[in-house]
Amino acid sequence: MSASVKLRGYARPTGPHGIRNYLLVLPTSVCSSETAVRIAREIPGSVPLPHQHGCCHMGEDYKQTLRTLIGMGLNPNVGAVLIVALGCEGIQPKDVETALRESGKPVRTVVIQEHNGTLGTIREGVRVASAMAAELAAQEREEFDISELILALECGGSDPTSGIAGNPALGVASDLLVQAGGTSILSETTELIGAEHILARRAKDKHVADEIFRIVKQTEDRAIQMGTDIRGTQPTPGNIQGGLTTIEEKSLGCIYKAGSAPVLGVLEYGERVPEEHGLYVMDTPGQDIDSITGMLAGGAQIVVFTTGRGTPTGSPIAPVIKLTGNGDTYAKMIDNIDINAGKIIDQGVSLEALGKEIYDEMIAVSNGKLTKAESLGHREFGIFRIGWTF
Amino acid sequence: MKQALVAHPDDTVGTALHELAAGDAVSAVVKGAGSRQISAGEPIPRFHKIALRDIKKGEKVLKYGEAIGTASRDIGAGFHVHVQNLESDRGRGDRR
Repeated sequence: MSASVKLRGYARPTGPHGIRNYLLVLPTSVCSSETAVRIAREIPGSVPLPHQHGCCHMGEDYKQTLRTLIGMGLNPNVGAVLIVALGCEGIQPKDVETALRESGKPVRTVVIQEHNGTLGTIREGVRVASAMAAELAAQEREEFDISELILALECGGSDPTSGIAGNPALGVASDLLVQAGGTSILSETTELIGAEHILARRAKDKHVADEIFRIVKQTEDRAIQMGTDIRGTQPTPGNIQGGLTTIEEKSLGCIYKAGSAPVLGVLEYGERVPEEHGLYVMDTPGQDIDSITGMLAGGAQIVVFTTGRGTPTGSPIAPVIKLTGNGDTYAKMIDNIDINAGKIIDQGVSLEALGKEIYDEMIAVSNGKLTKAESLGHREFGIFRIGWTF
Repeated sequence: MKQALVAHPDDTVGTALHELAAGDAVSAVVKGAGSRQISAGEPIPRFHKIALRDIKKGEKVLKYGEAIGTASRDIGAGFHVHVQNLESDRGRGDRR
């Protein structure tokens, strides 16, 4: 175990500490999203989660959407939740409220069809939410151990520097967190295609290895069912322009993010991270925004996101630390990128030194330092759908 | 000298760390296993792949010591390896 590190964050009635303290204004469906945005606009310290979903889903797709919305409310960075419902949607507000109440967090619900439409709901929502936000604002940070931290690993807009510099350096940081007793999540199943056999060798047992092969086959089968060449989708046009040729090449570079720790388990999209700390794989798509949502719904408090081509995206409820292995991209997009891992290629800085720099930045950001995505107000959010809309 | 990074001793391609012009001498540095010199056969953009030896059509192309796809035509040592001569073997719904 590496030396214990103490962080300062927000205590929750149950579960790990948060490193941010948001009042989440959570619409249960697309029909209540605009009203939720209007309410949050009036309340400092609140964040809305507008989305396009919540109604006319079926089966596993319904369950996944419900699990994801509940998971966002349960995230340790959320101190309290105001649910904003239309009333008649498939994702019923009482189901979300019941699940959130079990966490002990303050939860309230406003329903558009019961509060006389948009204006009545905004009035009631703002009244309720302002009291909740005032409570959160009075809460002070307290000490907690870094072993409570859950790190979401993400890469997007990759280029060949991602596999050489950005991802291996993040792998060093992920290993440092796991050695300190923390948890790390590797995601993006699409970007395991061609590298699954390597990851499976690190599985803690045969069941976990079989699960890695199963989710990759399921994702590859979905792609094949589309009847077209995956190239142009994965890798993306920008990946290809940067020099990545095949999904296999992209995947082999991607898995370096997960360092060298054993894989303890494979999680469903948005599934709560288990009690046992260490490295997990979550079954998410390669699309960055949907992938990050899955890990946040699983409980991750912090995201480290590597890029080659550059990307601005953030998150409504978690700090996203950006780093790139491409020094040219760092110079071009310095507004958006926190760490220059291009120093590995351009200046001969070691992966270990860069990994430590990432780890130290994770500590600073956990304690309250804003990432560039936070400073710029980036709050991209999306939910991964696995079914048709009916 | 301009460099290409070779991720694994078995690899048949390296990553150009500098933009290469035809005829450039390139030091292909294998992680922990020294280096050898090759000559760029054509212009290659920075961070794109250069063939470290002749690769036959139908041969698996190796990077990180693993197959990243199959050569779709013969590739000469020192030439650019990319979508024009390397094909993915996975997720190919077009081959269904």
